[in-house]
Amino acid sequence: MRRRPTDERDLSGWAGWALTLALFVGLWLYGGQLFPWAFDYPRSISIPAARWITSFTKWLLNEATFGLFTFAELTRFIAAVLDVPYRFVLSLLSTGFQSGEGSQAVQILPPLSWVAVIGTGAILGGYAGGARLAALVAGCLTFVLVFGQWQSAMVTLASILVAVPLGVAGGLLLGILAFRHSWFERAIRPVLDLMQTIPVFAYLVPILILFGFGPTAAVVATLIYAMPPMTRITELALRRVPAELTDLGRMVGCTRRQMMWRVLVPASKDPLMVGVNQVIMLSLNMVIIASMIGAGGLGFDVLAALRRLDFGAGLEAGLAIVALAVALDRLSQAFARLRNEPARGNGPVARHPYLLSGVALILAAGLAGLAVPALQTWPDAFELSTGAFWSNVVQWINVNFFDTIEAVKNAVLLNLLVPFKRFLGGLPWAGVTALLAYVGWRLGGWRLAVLVASLAGLIAATGQWEKAAITVYLCGISTVFAMLIGVPIGILASEREGVWAPVRIIIDTLQTLPSFVYLMPAVMLFRVGDFTAMIAVVAYAVVPAVRYTVLGLKGVDPRLTEAGRAMGCTPGQILWRIKLRLALPEILLGLNQTVMFALSMLVITALVGTRDLGQEVYIALTKADPGRGLVAGLAVAFIAIITDRLISASARAARARLGLEAA
Amino acid sequence: MPKTFLKLSLAASAVALMAGSGWAQESSDPIKLTLHDWTGQLITTNLMGEVLKQAGYNVEYVQADYLAQFAGLESGDLHVAMEMWETTGRDAMDASTATGKTEVFGPTGMKAKEEWWYPSYMKEKCPGLPNWEALKDEACAEAFSTAETAPKGRYLGGPVTWGGFDDERVEALDLPFEVIHAGTDAALFAELESAYQRQAPIMLWIYAPHWAPAKYEGEWVEFPEYTAECYNDPAWGSNPDMAYDCGKPFGEIWKVGWAGVKDKWPGAYDAIKAFTIDNDEMGQMITEVDLDGKTVEQVTAEWMAANEGRWKAWIGQ
Repeated sequence: MRRRPTDERDLSGWAGWALTLALFVGLWLYGGQLFPWAFDYPRSISIPAARWITSFTKWLLNEATFGLFTFAELTRFIAAVLDVPYRFVLSLLSTGFQSGEGSQAVQILPPLSWVAVIGTGAILGGYAGGARLAALVAGCLTFVLVFGQWQSAMVTLASILVAVPLGVAGGLLLGILAFRHSWFERAIRPVLDLMQTIPVFAYLVPILILFGFGPTAAVVATLIYAMPPMTRITELALRRVPAELTDLGRMVGCTRRQMMWRVLVPASKDPLMVGVNQVIMLSLNMVIIASMIGAGGLGFDVLAALRRLDFGAGLEAGLAIVALAVALDRLSQAFARLRNEPARGNGPVARHPYLLSGVALILAAGLAGLAVPALQTWPDAFELSTGAFWSNVVQWINVNFFDTIEAVKNAVLLNLLVPFKRFLGGLPWAGVTALLAYVGWRLGGWRLAVLVASLAGLIAATGQWEKAAITVYLCGISTVFAMLIGVPIGILASEREGVWAPVRIIIDTLQTLPSFVYLMPAVMLFRVGDFTAMIAVVAYAVVPAVRYTVLGLKGVDPRLTEAGRAMGCTPGQILWRIKLRLALPEILLGLNQTVMFALSMLVITALVGTRDLGQEVYIALTKADPGRGLVAGLAVAFIAIITDRLISASARAARARLGLEAA
Repeated sequence: MPKTFLKLSLAASAVALMAGSGWAQESSDPIKLTLHDWTGQLITTNLMGEVLKQAGYNVEYVQADYLAQFAGLESGDLHVAMEMWETTGRDAMDASTATGKTEVFGPTGMKAKEEWWYPSYMKEKCPGLPNWEALKDEACAEAFSTAETAPKGRYLGGPVTWGGFDDERVEALDLPFEVIHAGTDAALFAELESAYQRQAPIMLWIYAPHWAPAKYEGEWVEFPEYTAECYNDPAWGSNPDMAYDCGKPFGEIWKVGWAGVKDKWPGAYDAIKAFTIDNDEMGQMITEVDLDGKTVEQVTAEWMAANEGRWKAWIGQ
């Protein structure tokens, strides 16, 4: 008896789905003649958003004024302020302190020598995580050194060291504001969504014009891209602080400020450090793009090497970025776990052993560097290089296996990619919008329905529908492949600890290695086009698929698997019936992130000749047309937001079904 | 501009004047030359920079994107871009000079050549080449085909942003070819390298001065020679109804920069305008860097040692 109402609801639910799908298919197959406007958005009522945005930016740049100063002067001032810490760190790590400018500059003080930087890294590692971490950090930096990437790596490191603290501080402040004022939270959430999902190329031109050409503009672009996770995590972390703690704070009479900085922020240190880690990773992702607008460093080396088709040099510079990422990531994680221990002895030496040894090392290394130049700058003669090895590997594969590869590629392309592209391209925008609205309504009520329908409608209204369809096709197929590869690997890795360690190294590398490094060899083997683009997208988007699967499976309550075993389940049954079902919400979150990662690769795949929104953004960049770029960028963001909201809603529904959360 | 910066630069110029760099009695703020990501441009820029240094100017090299740099040139953040190709940068350059904030510093003397190009071994399969009419032959087009394009030939064009009117050209000349656009020139040369290693068919967009024509043996297709009428007037050429029934234009490679350079560094302005170099010299230097493994600095130093008279004339010595 108790089951009947659910059955009835299921039945009417199924009927609703069936009816909607039937209507949709009907419109798609037979609506062409009756409703041509449903297929091609009528030009007469389209929104000329690109023109509006372009004239708005023109106004902002040339006319906007606050009375005393103009908007452009304000941004230039901000750039000049940002330039001060950047110059300082750059001088410290790379150029040395100089007087004068350009070629007439005279060096007053040399930069930190490689001995000092590696030593300081090791000391930081030792302080935060013991000898193992010290060895790891020193190892990563030594790798950079012996492969001759030191100069560029220090330029990159300088911009990271400036961008990360600013991103963390900015994200923290915005997060606190969002925590305190719910109106601010509501206002900023869509802005954060846009900041994360609009491709960077789309706002690069306005940033260049406003902040001037050079490293500071790159820092600003990095901040826009890397700050949102910090803001989100801060807000979430502050909300999760147990009520007992805030009550205690109130009882001892904290002021509002004391409550925030002495109680709430310290109490949520762990999640906040996750945010810091994300800021570091995302900043390193920006290295290539930042190098295109004058930041130089490793990103520039990667680009320049691949233009010469020097795969070895590109890979070396790319791996140097990975090495920096690994060192910074592990350091920041160790600092997150660090507990404040009381000092062991008395006197400054005993209390600050690490600080003092660091200072001593820097001074000693500086003096030694003056005496022995090899200790200041690593001599070229000792540099290692893989030389032509990697180019030869690619050549060998190319000469021996190209025909096989080509056959496989053509099979996939002609039987899967091309038909799917045609199918999506032929769908009517009005039908898709209505279908999305129905899905939204079923999963999350009418608010979600209105949101997804209006976003999809806007894509059509701004004339981006066709390119958006190609975008969905490329990212959709790539996401399917990424999940098909990533989830099984995740399952395997979560079952066997021995698999997880190497898998983790591989996915960390895939996440930080600039995709340009493997994109060009892929072009040699697969030619330009959608297939190569798909490979690049899958290689990047497989990372969250693996990571969240592992996270979900490892988080399954061991008592439940134990209970399953006690009832006589086979290992296969435990996996399928218990673990995977319970981990479903995390796996769905992984799917969500896989889609986001895939979308963020669009701009890169434009470089191998796709014709999607990413290409549109890229064209707009080269034509310095801010309106065109932002409209295409917004369309990408809308696709991301629609997917995100729908998947989140279904994850909530899944959790409710599993009894993990109230419906 | 912040006051301290002004003071600093004043102090710096005072120092420079006292140091008596002789010829240059002008601003000693650094002249910022932009560097892009291809070797030829790095060489050109380095040459200009080193010559300006010899004349006592303060020079700084700044990495910047080829087209995005116009924002910086207009605001005066950047000063000189040594290579703006008629063939790929004309639109952006015209849009920028129209604002009055940038100006063209004249041609570099190099001519950009861009055309359909094929490796020599393809001549066996398509004996009528380099004459473009050979491409109309279906067997010849099929020799250039892939599974995706068959029976049409596959022509790998430049990135969409380069323009070039290849889609129109194929239609106007009625060539049985399909135009596939590479997204970036690295992808373009990666495909050439791949095909060349396998001695496989390929027809693609190649430009010079570049290392590719030096490294790979091949030829440019000879289309009817470009004239302005061909692009503007449909009646011109073999197809009476369509324009673009001819080859691509040869183009100057221009020097372009901030309009304020003339007043701030008049001597440098004259030197930059006087700078010329030709395709052969440049192709030679590019080959030395990209194929023989020399550094850009080495190659520019060697050129300057060998051509002292020429560059001294640019700076009026």
